[in-house]
Amino acid sequence: MTGLTRREFIGGALAAAAFGACRTERGIPGELLGPNHALGHKLRAGGFPAPTSTERVPVVIVGGGVAGLTAGWKLLRSGEGRFVLLDLEARAGGNAAWGENEVSPYPWGAHYLPVPGPRARAVRELLRELKVIVGDKGGKPVYDEAVLCHAPEERLYIHGRWQEGLYPRLGASAADLAERDRFHAEIAALRRRVGRDGRPAFAIPMELSSRDPELLALDRVTMAAWLDEKGFRSPALRWYVEYACRDDFGGGLAEVSAWAGLQYYAARGEGEDDEYLVWPEGNGFLVRRLAEALGPRVRTGALAFDVAPDGDGVRVDYHDAATGATRRLLAKRAIVCAPRFAARRIVKPLREDPKPSGFAYAPWFVANLTVENPPSGLGAAPAWDNMIHSGEGLGYVDATHQSFSQNRRRAVWTYYRALTGDPEGQRAAAYKRSLAEWREECLRDLERAHPRLRERVSRFDGWVWGHGMILPKPGFIWGAERQAALKPIGPIHFAHSDLSGFSIFEEAMDRGVRSAEAVLAALGKSYRSSL
Amino acid sequence: MNIALYASVFLVATCGLIYELVAGALASYLLGDTVLQFSTVIGAYLFAMGVGSWLSRFVGKGLAARFVQVELLVGLVGGFSSTFLFLAFAHAASFRVLLYLVVFVVGTLVGLEIPLMMRILKDRLDFKDLVSQVLTMDYIGALFASVLFPLLLVPKLGLLNTALLFGLLNVGVAAATLHLLRDAIPERAGLRALCAGSAAALCLGLVFSGEIASRAEGDMYADEVIFSKSSPYQKIVLTRWKDDWRLFLNGNLQFSTMDEYRYHEALVHPALSAHADPRSVLILGGGDGLAAREVLRDKRVGAVTLVDLDPVMTHLFTTHRSLSALNGHSLSDPRMTVVNADAYRWLEKNDRRFDVVIVDFPDPSNYAVGKLYTTAFYRLLSRRLAPGAIVTVQSTSPLFARQTYWTVVTTMEAAGFKTSPYHAYVPSFGEWGFVIGATSPYRVPSKFPAGLRYLTPDIARGMFDFPGDMSRVPAEPNRLDTQVLVQHYEREWARITHGG
Repeated sequence: MTGLTRREFIGGALAAAAFGACRTERGIPGELLGPNHALGHKLRAGGFPAPTSTERVPVVIVGGGVAGLTAGWKLLRSGEGRFVLLDLEARAGGNAAWGENEVSPYPWGAHYLPVPGPRARAVRELLRELKVIVGDKGGKPVYDEAVLCHAPEERLYIHGRWQEGLYPRLGASAADLAERDRFHAEIAALRRRVGRDGRPAFAIPMELSSRDPELLALDRVTMAAWLDEKGFRSPALRWYVEYACRDDFGGGLAEVSAWAGLQYYAARGEGEDDEYLVWPEGNGFLVRRLAEALGPRVRTGALAFDVAPDGDGVRVDYHDAATGATRRLLAKRAIVCAPRFAARRIVKPLREDPKPSGFAYAPWFVANLTVENPPSGLGAAPAWDNMIHSGEGLGYVDATHQSFSQNRRRAVWTYYRALTGDPEGQRAAAYKRSLAEWREECLRDLERAHPRLRERVSRFDGWVWGHGMILPKPGFIWGAERQAALKPIGPIHFAHSDLSGFSIFEEAMDRGVRSAEAVLAALGKSYRSSL
Repeated sequence: MNIALYASVFLVATCGLIYELVAGALASYLLGDTVLQFSTVIGAYLFAMGVGSWLSRFVGKGLAARFVQVELLVGLVGGFSSTFLFLAFAHAASFRVLLYLVVFVVGTLVGLEIPLMMRILKDRLDFKDLVSQVLTMDYIGALFASVLFPLLLVPKLGLLNTALLFGLLNVGVAAATLHLLRDAIPERAGLRALCAGSAAALCLGLVFSGEIASRAEGDMYADEVIFSKSSPYQKIVLTRWKDDWRLFLNGNLQFSTMDEYRYHEALVHPALSAHADPRSVLILGGGDGLAAREVLRDKRVGAVTLVDLDPVMTHLFTTHRSLSALNGHSLSDPRMTVVNADAYRWLEKNDRRFDVVIVDFPDPSNYAVGKLYTTAFYRLLSRRLAPGAIVTVQSTSPLFARQTYWTVVTTMEAAGFKTSPYHAYVPSFGEWGFVIGATSPYRVPSKFPAGLRYLTPDIARGMFDFPGDMSRVPAEPNRLDTQVLVQHYEREWARITHGG
């Protein structure tokens, strides 16, 4: 199937001759995007005018990412529709941002949701509502087949060809494979393990995990140290685990805690649960549907800059980007669904806290490339996730993979790169780089697997996430600061995936729903828990 | 003066090696077995050079003029060698003879070059300098050519253009020699005209090499290519040999007029004739209009919708005189509506319901087509069926691809269809399989439309029996998230075509 036929060879050589002369590095159109920096700067600069209007509403949600939207979803489902959600972007969605061009919708951030396990009840409830879960069979949810990641799911470019799956099998020795099996046996044991408090060692949502000190001790060492201690030295295995850490946490083996690294594998089921839900626009599908459900309660271009207790309620002042005016909301409760670094600027009692924050965030670069006549490469057929072993980034995901069209002449590829190591330095450097510099780096990275890809790229847009993901450094997840940050300050509640210590949809939703239920309880509303 | 001559030696040597490499590479790509082709081509070429060197002793007077003539011949024969061989390949019986003949002629001419050159130079240099310098340039030229050829020439120019370009260089050397040694060549006008003519011929070759390549590709089909067109989706090639018309899509045979009626009668009538009142019929795929021709035979049918991806196909089979005669002008029939769309997307958007659906997609040879053979697709299809509807699906060969065939059956069952698998013998395909899917029990029709050449009620009843070598095997349904079908198909057909 991969062999070049004679005709293809000669035809290709002739085509190369025809194009050879006029093929020059042409300008590839595109834009460098990112979270709204102008409004972000305004927050730091301050100097907002006095409010020109005051509204009363029972609940204000600050931040329209997954936590904020699902908090609103839970309020609405529980019959409490009197709330306002403020988001500074032009469109709500947070890390699940998405875009669209004439070829396909595509993600700018989170691009998949693993099929949720039985403990992630809220997520399953949402998926039922969105008809992603279409029924039940033998006590297990049945998913809309079209939304499950179509085969082939993953492939890896290594030693000059593509192989199926992400574990680097090509070139792996018998000793490598034995270590891989031993690693999976360790994980299987952890998956079954129950702590002394009777809870599972690792669960999603993480709030349901065991607090057994012996297990929590894993949070104090790095994933690299854990692998060393267990005698895992196979380069293939360590690469595989490092890949997982970069993918889910934006950090390398030596940066993330072993508790985080192990829960990636051990908190999710084996076998049939090991599937992904995939939409062309990634998790943009989910946030779009959530935002639609909330309707006009979502106010975009709205930068909340001051959240402060006020009497027995809370006052939220926000800058309305469309008019430049400051507006005030007086509420009984507020849920601040912003990441911690932003909450520390917005929420008055936090602003006044002099202690430095231990919340660290990994910066990311994401690009979307429109590719004409996408190349497939030698070896395994093109998959949804296409990882390059020697690459700087995490390869690319094909946004058109789920399409039913037989016309595969154009595709949108989403390139992901976690900027690992020293978040502060990486962030400063990332903000300075131009689109042309990003493009060159990305193309050079992808051209390891697809030579001369640039000749097929008709558009290149980039997006810099300065604070892409909370980084679960050793000691952070089960440390004092995160646990303290979970507690409401009077009428001000907090919800964000960084309060779980790692940035995944299920955690963001758990935080959002949890805070919404706390607010419902405080308002004296009855509700059925989704937790 | 000397520098110019050394440059000539260098160019001559480079050109000589390039022709040898072009012949070797072309032979490898056309015939396979690289080691054998390169060894024999190089051997024959070197031997021919020896012959050329030996022949050089018979060149007496007018050395410089002879050298110019030899250069022009090398340029023309070498330059056109790859084009000639490429075109000749389709007539494979004599190809090897032609190959070695070309190699021998070019080798002989190239073998003449250096001895003649040394004799021209012998009065201008010491013998030891002459030998040392000419041979040095010769070997440097060889190195240059052998590095240039794989890294730059083949990828950038291709084999046809490379040879033509170096032919031009030989002609250039001839012209330069003519100028530099003008004192030694009394009759220059004729040679000058020959130089210009050769250069013009090679330039024309360069201009038309693209067309020549596609022409040669046409010759690789066994029969006369009467139509060849690349649509955005596929390469459509139609061949004819006497009464036998054959359609190839991306090189795969779609039908032969010798037996296509067997395939299309078997595809359409067991489902269509079994329906009590088939008013509206849907055909998915089948842009050649041949299944439509069969459907339209049934006078009970009021409206047929044909959904095919490729407008070039449907246009061709609507408007081309001979091709629309093949399908009985079915695509321009007033009962017919032709839609050019992606089948899955069209079904998703369109909520009309049909009594009979004929599914005639390409074989599941890749993951994109594989999606049209999944439980998700059959479930979507079942939502477009009127009560009592019957569906039939072309589903590869139960004999050559047994697991593939029964996987299609199992998949349709998993999507809620009651299935009735059957097969027919189509000589150009072999034993071919179809699956009828319905919501109520299916009964083989006892009557078919008039005018069929293959199908009778007795034949039809027999089609539903499966002999032991293609009887049912256990299979998993084909789902979007597993796509087992594509893997079965690839494995089973690889076994047939590679004999593995």
